[in-house]
Amino acid sequence: MEQKLMKGNEAIAEAAIRAGLKFYAGYPITPQTELPEYLAKHMEKSGGTFIQAESEISAINMVYGAAGAGIRAMTSSSSPGISLKQEGISYIVGSELPCVIVNVMRTGPGLGGIHPSQSDYFQAVKGGGHGDYKMLVLAPNSVQEMYDFTIDAFDIADKYRNPVMILADGILGQMMEAVNLYTPATEKFDKSWATTGTYKKRKHNIINSLYIKPEESETLNKRLQAKYKIMAQNEQRVEIINPDADIMLVAFGIVARVAKQVLDDAKSQNLSVGLIRPLTVWPFPSKAFKTAAKAYLTIELNSGQMVEDVRLEVNGRAPVHFLGKMGGKVLTVDDIMAKLKQIAGA
Amino acid sequence: MKTHNIIISGFGGQGIVAAGRLIAFAGMTDGKKVSMLPSYGPEMRGGFANCHVIISDADIASPIVSQADIVIAMSVPALNKFQPVVKRGGILIVDSHQVTHSDYRDDIRIIKIPATRIAMDKSNVKMSNMVMIGAMISVIGSPSLNSMALSIRDLLPQHMQYLFDIEMEMLEAGMAFEG
Repeated sequence: MEQKLMKGNEAIAEAAIRAGLKFYAGYPITPQTELPEYLAKHMEKSGGTFIQAESEISAINMVYGAAGAGIRAMTSSSSPGISLKQEGISYIVGSELPCVIVNVMRTGPGLGGIHPSQSDYFQAVKGGGHGDYKMLVLAPNSVQEMYDFTIDAFDIADKYRNPVMILADGILGQMMEAVNLYTPATEKFDKSWATTGTYKKRKHNIINSLYIKPEESETLNKRLQAKYKIMAQNEQRVEIINPDADIMLVAFGIVARVAKQVLDDAKSQNLSVGLIRPLTVWPFPSKAFKTAAKAYLTIELNSGQMVEDVRLEVNGRAPVHFLGKMGGKVLTVDDIMAKLKQIAGA
Repeated sequence: MKTHNIIISGFGGQGIVAAGRLIAFAGMTDGKKVSMLPSYGPEMRGGFANCHVIISDADIASPIVSQADIVIAMSVPALNKFQPVVKRGGILIVDSHQVTHSDYRDDIRIIKIPATRIAMDKSNVKMSNMVMIGAMISVIGSPSLNSMALSIRDLLPQHMQYLFDIEMEMLEAGMAFEG
């Protein structure tokens, strides 16, 4: 297998091309710009179309159109740019179209800063746009996973006719690691709904999210909710280390990498610590929380967002603690060890 | 099981991130696990730059180096910032042309090499990063010279391949330096 040293942003771009990406539109923003840069360089060779749009809003709506034509489409941005895309995402969900959206998170609110953050968790998993909707949200923690999850994302999107988001952060986008490159076997998905021309042989396909009659709007919403129920049952992904530990850390993305380092230190200091790492933050891996842990510690680069989902799952069976860091700095092993000792001693 | 936690630091334009990328690439070519985390920000030429490189026999947990086995410092601000994060008994390699005097810790090994001067004398100032890498390799024995050569070949764009011999020469100058 071919191995290459790549940035996380580049790995997503390469994986998307190999997964059959045929349309990309986006607008540059740090810390994800290497992604469109890579696509601009390589997409033409693979027979795709790359557009640097005039704005993020324009880009997501171009993706909406391309997805309606039944081709694999993607956009990417970083936090403020993802906010601009929310209306389009809601329309794509409402029209039941597949696409992949990448958010390489930076700090907020507002223009925020360019350093890593996880403060768009709520926006990604609770729905940043209007209406009752969900996206499947994948949370990689290595450059290899940036690659693997992108390949999966296109299949999941096509399978459910729903946008899939890859929720990364500035470090994952910028850091380099070795990646095993492979080209997936392309699964065939039914796209008979796509607006590819009738050639006078069938009725028009209509891409639409407007349902004026309450009954029709209700039908769509019920169909979406039934779909999300199936997704929640079938698509939960999680990595669990030391499931029988006294204290379970809960972390996703780059913070989970720091947590893995913590596990080694904790062992040498006779602390019984494990890790639950959601690979899908929606659907949230509820199955992982049926442990006998005496306490949970959720660690995030925000003021406490995923911790709310952890508390729902644990449902009062054990205390759920939180440790966060905001503004672009990353939690250190020392930060986490100090909190663990405090919890273990209490 | 061996792990080298490395921080390379200096100012923008010295090839700090390029050096990190090269070491990581060569480490990968040696069959090791590697990670490289560059600083990214508004810094351009003249600003502060650093990158974290880990080369290990085992899977790498966090790519962030908080305690370094080796720090390469190519400017005064870089030295001031990263000397404190060298592990006790670790190694600090300083470009003594850029840093003329400083307070050094006595619980770490200090290697002073006038990399900028060596590069200016033998080729050009932009090669000082290669001299620093050479100094590091002579101490820790990694990455292998063979993998470094392959990596330099691979990372140099087509129109800059003519620099290969000079890059190797500067690397070897760093390795041969005895301070």
